[in-house]
Amino acid sequence: MTARTAPPDKPLTDRIRPGHPPYGLADYERHGGYQGLRAALKMAPQDVTGQVKTAGLRGRGGAGFPTGVKWGLVPMGPDAPKQKYIVANGDEMEPGTFKDRLLLENDPLQFIEGITIGGYAIGASIGYVFLRAEYVLAAERLQAAIKECYARHLLGRNILGSEFSFDLYLHTSAGRYICGEETALISSLEGKRAVPRAKPPFPATAGLFGKPTVVNNIETLCNVAHIVHYGADWFRGLSKCKDGGTKLYGASGKVRRPGTWELPMGTTVREILDEHAGGMREGLKLRGFLPGGASTDFLTAEHLDLPMDFDSVARAGSRMGTGQMIVLDDQTDVVGMLRNLQMFFARESCGWCTPCRDGLPWAEKILAGLERGQGQAGDLDILRQMTRLLGPGRTFCAHAPGAMEPLQSALKHFRADFERGIRARPEQAS
Amino acid sequence: MTASRKPPSATIHIDGKAHVVDPSRNLLEVALELGYDLPYFCWHPALGSVGACRQCAVTQFRDENDAQGRVVMACMTPCTDKTRVSLAHADAVEMREGVIEFLMTNHPHDCPVCEEGGQCHLQDMTLMAGHAYRRYRYTKRTHLNQDLGAFVGHEMNRCIACYRCVRFYREYAGGEDLNVFGAHHHVYFGRAADGTLDSPFAGNLVEVCPTGVFTDKTYGESYTRKWDLQQAPSVCHHCAVGCNIMPGERYGRLKRVENRYHGALNGYFLCDRGRYGYQYVNADDRPRQPLLRADRDAPASVVTADAALEQLAQWIRGGRTLGIGSPRASLEANHALRAIVGADRFHRGSMDAALDDLAIEILQRGPARIASLHDAEQADAVLVLGEDLLATGARLALALRQATRQAAFAAADAANVPRWQDHSVRLLAQDLRSPLFILSAHATGLDGIARRVFRGAPQDLARLAQEVVHLLDYTQPRAPDLDDDAIHLAHDIAESLKKAQRPLIVGGTSAGSAALLQEAANLCAALARAGRAPSIALLPAECNSLGTALLGGAGLDAALARIEAGEVDTLLVLENNLFRQVPAPRLKAALDRVRHLAVLDVLASPTTAAADLVLPAGSFAEADGTLVNYEGRAQRYFQVFVAQDADIRASWRWLQQLAPRLGKDLGANFDALTAACAASDPRLARIVDAAPSAAFRIHGNRIPRQPHRYSGRTAMNAGRDIHEPRPPQDADTPLAFSMEGARSGVPSAEIPIFWYPRWNSNQSVNKFQQEIGGPLRGGDPGVRLIEPGSAVESYDRPAFRAPVLLETVWLHELFGSEELSARGPAIASRVPEPYVLLHPQTADRVGLAAGAFVQVQADGQTWQARLRVSAAMAADVAGVPRGLPGVPVFAAGTVLQLRGADP
Repeated sequence: MTARTAPPDKPLTDRIRPGHPPYGLADYERHGGYQGLRAALKMAPQDVTGQVKTAGLRGRGGAGFPTGVKWGLVPMGPDAPKQKYIVANGDEMEPGTFKDRLLLENDPLQFIEGITIGGYAIGASIGYVFLRAEYVLAAERLQAAIKECYARHLLGRNILGSEFSFDLYLHTSAGRYICGEETALISSLEGKRAVPRAKPPFPATAGLFGKPTVVNNIETLCNVAHIVHYGADWFRGLSKCKDGGTKLYGASGKVRRPGTWELPMGTTVREILDEHAGGMREGLKLRGFLPGGASTDFLTAEHLDLPMDFDSVARAGSRMGTGQMIVLDDQTDVVGMLRNLQMFFARESCGWCTPCRDGLPWAEKILAGLERGQGQAGDLDILRQMTRLLGPGRTFCAHAPGAMEPLQSALKHFRADFERGIRARPEQAS
Repeated sequence: MTASRKPPSATIHIDGKAHVVDPSRNLLEVALELGYDLPYFCWHPALGSVGACRQCAVTQFRDENDAQGRVVMACMTPCTDKTRVSLAHADAVEMREGVIEFLMTNHPHDCPVCEEGGQCHLQDMTLMAGHAYRRYRYTKRTHLNQDLGAFVGHEMNRCIACYRCVRFYREYAGGEDLNVFGAHHHVYFGRAADGTLDSPFAGNLVEVCPTGVFTDKTYGESYTRKWDLQQAPSVCHHCAVGCNIMPGERYGRLKRVENRYHGALNGYFLCDRGRYGYQYVNADDRPRQPLLRADRDAPASVVTADAALEQLAQWIRGGRTLGIGSPRASLEANHALRAIVGADRFHRGSMDAALDDLAIEILQRGPARIASLHDAEQADAVLVLGEDLLATGARLALALRQATRQAAFAAADAANVPRWQDHSVRLLAQDLRSPLFILSAHATGLDGIARRVFRGAPQDLARLAQEVVHLLDYTQPRAPDLDDDAIHLAHDIAESLKKAQRPLIVGGTSAGSAALLQEAANLCAALARAGRAPSIALLPAECNSLGTALLGGAGLDAALARIEAGEVDTLLVLENNLFRQVPAPRLKAALDRVRHLAVLDVLASPTTAAADLVLPAGSFAEADGTLVNYEGRAQRYFQVFVAQDADIRASWRWLQQLAPRLGKDLGANFDALTAACAASDPRLARIVDAAPSAAFRIHGNRIPRQPHRYSGRTAMNAGRDIHEPRPPQDADTPLAFSMEGARSGVPSAEIPIFWYPRWNSNQSVNKFQQEIGGPLRGGDPGVRLIEPGSAVESYDRPAFRAPVLLETVWLHELFGSEELSARGPAIASRVPEPYVLLHPQTADRVGLAAGAFVQVQADGQTWQARLRVSAAMAADVAGVPRGLPGVPVFAAGTVLQLRGADP
């Protein structure tokens, strides 16, 4: 087996060949695969966690929680519960986001190696992949890869002859956006309603079936083998900011070349949009963008030079989220865009808490009225109030606050568009 | 429930005011307890917090310098030291009003035609939160409703999705056929398809639901607003648990029964037999006037009370009178009967009197403390001996379901998760349950949460219990001939009981087995000898079985013997349908030997049909009385209303009025009888303290049975007389048939309505409790009459006798085995047809198949029944539902003869 010597600068997509099926196990290993797991199995589990911590890997699902810290919360040692779980969150239902799909369809083994190392680090003998229902091709390829790994003892009992055993199961979702919330995902995986859970206890102490559980995003786990193989310093060096690694950035909307690209963490918005997405389509101007999926605050042209990293975007008043931008141009109706988003969020509410369940449908109806020019005086006051009452801490989980992020920023940045919906035909009820 | 109260040690600030509170509790319950009005929906004191409705918003501040604060939910906020919150802060006020406005986007504006109107928690909270003006101008979502059976109505459009119904029904009460379906604002709470709700606690949905989704169907059929109901505190008569109930009346009809909170007993919940069993009070065929007939073949005709009493007095003056009392009648009525006929000629009206005596003996002599339902919920290991509790004492079964959560609470404590954080506790616990062992003849509704179950005839169950006793105390003899599985189980039970901090032994008389009762006592004694502090609950058959046992007197069997010996000319029967106790052939022959049969009863029955004289007795709603429940707790129930167009009187009053004609003086009112009864036995001395006497006044005022908003007082009788009648006077209690009087400072036993300004729903009970979910102010009603003793010696065992083929063991039905409740149409619709239940192997042995109609013979009686076959039934023996309509009376242990029959 020849381990590759020169570390890649785009590790996540290094083995991806557009238009070709993913590597099988032999090719995967020829291209540096399973070096990370081999290295990890020679380390103490806590040292693996320590290395991930040092590498500065932050969760790629959107919240940006440091992965090593998350792993470190899991009870270890002889008194820890025997059964622990690691769960990969592949329920990529964030509108405008398609990065995990790319990784799973084109390099499923990279992910399997990553989750196996994660399982080793926290002492989990079972892993689950919770995959979005519509990702049929990803499911097929992942299932094939899992089978191959079992055949080669890279999954199952005594992996690579070590004491470590790890089983991996693929579970395809029944299809709810809320399953992307880690505790709702766990509820769903248990066969219950996909309703988020109160914390504490956190999943790290009582998660799946009440056992210590870590839930990581697919992209997050895909980084792990590289960190262990090439080291934390190399990983930090990939980045343009203090958070380590590369990031799969993406852009959708009326740009010339919508897509997703692996770039150094901290690449500027301008570079992503201009160089990789090819700029706006002919005759269109950029009005704003949602930096990391549908549940992030709008940023505008003045933020084009912002580095896309967790802290910089937060300082600008939004969230990096998934890093997959949705671009708004000057010809698209912003109220219509918001109505469409709120329709999605209203439909995807789990129905557990009042503001989310009953507030979002109301917001959607108001926006639909504004879109048709049938808004009434006071509608914007209700929407503004809703951005407070559905905000962080007011609801049971982050679903409604996420829904409010594009709404509150749109009301701020594009107020005139909303007011036009009122002025057009006042006093008309829908 | 979940409470493990700690001494107040945390100082918290609410709107600048300092309070020292229990840090183990959440801010919502503490605020309510301190008297703050903080709206809520999804939180329930018995169900804990889940943070779903977001209604109880308050603003929390980091410290005294934080002026901005952040909005949190009080129900999810622990009362740690230095917590600073504001209820009045603008953000919190806006949030609470906003949440109501969100709920109202879909809630219909149908209050005027909604049965919940006027007692609706949603109405109260809406007013409290200040939402008044509707801004939502779009269509509301609508749902289809379901037919959920005879008890519970369903109107889903009113749903505010607080999730209380499914949390109560599924998580608290273990039901499975009610669920939440769908998502977002289309969530639907109901069954997968129309159909009767399975849970025997389904009726609680009516009270758990904060608005009018789930309503009491029997109440709705003849509906009256809450404020138009005349009410009095009462005690359920349908089993021995003695749950406190709140019946309401209007126009001479009992309209409904609601839960009456009791901290040590029923708490917030009743079983459906207790809630819906009241309808017999309104039965058309009740005797409503004294009836007399000249001879046995003549029809009975209505006579005046005077004539009836004179006739009865004449018979009694003739001598050779025997009185048969009743375990479902009050102490006062039984005592009055005894005083009329003389103690030596008074018999308790039960064939199981000896078992009741044994139960009293065990409770009095043994070392075990009698467990209230609250205590039972705290038990961390439970052994049930021979009782199908969901049928014989359902509310106790619900308490035991909570007891199995003790292990979960321990796990939560260890993980620093507060006990009120309900879903977190359940998440931590998963399937972890405290041990519950059930020894029974057939499957019980608690089997699903039991660690192990064991099936057998009563003597088999007693034998297994004996082995457990042996394992707890090796000086006790081993049980004979147990197989390895049973010995294993006995080890498991003994280990669990020994390890427990609060072990509980549950037994009763329903199996008709003295051996089982004695083993319950032996277990407690052995545990005490092993240094444990056991508690015990022994369920007798009827609501006043223990009371009549304390009163004393020979049993019904002895009475029959005296009749059969020709010693009786006049038989005076109190509230007792003897045909439910004595096999008909024997009873008919005995009644033929008495010259005069006089019966006081609530219901028309074969016994009243056979009577020469019938005196219409007041039901629990038309009489005052004292009952003694399974705990030995004397509890007073009060007359709710005076029957119209009828001469219905409390049994004791008939007898009190009869007394002077016999040269006796039983006093002139209820208190006189209670006092005389109390004086008859030191163990009954404290029954006078069960509630204040008739002389009790609050600043000179009586306590009104009618709410202050009671309407139509001057008009409701105008159909017959335009003059407003003088309200009935009550010489027996401090309550008045009036809307005037004192409403605050009412002693807990006398509270006729839970109402408080701004709290019109049953949630107002918060304002009457010393602590939320704890005792009522001034202590929970009733006085305990029985203190445990110290005797730790064991009862000797009868020689073991294996059951023979088709020997009868009693089974019980929640709906059907109790006489009074089964007479109402709602419960009657749930009573199964007569059946005989066999183990499949037993059915094979007798050559019968499941579902077949069989002709059954026992004790010279023949009847038809459906053959049921279940692997969860004890082998060899035949299960027969006791007391079910269509099933005759015979002795337990009788060997049945079965043969196939044409339907």
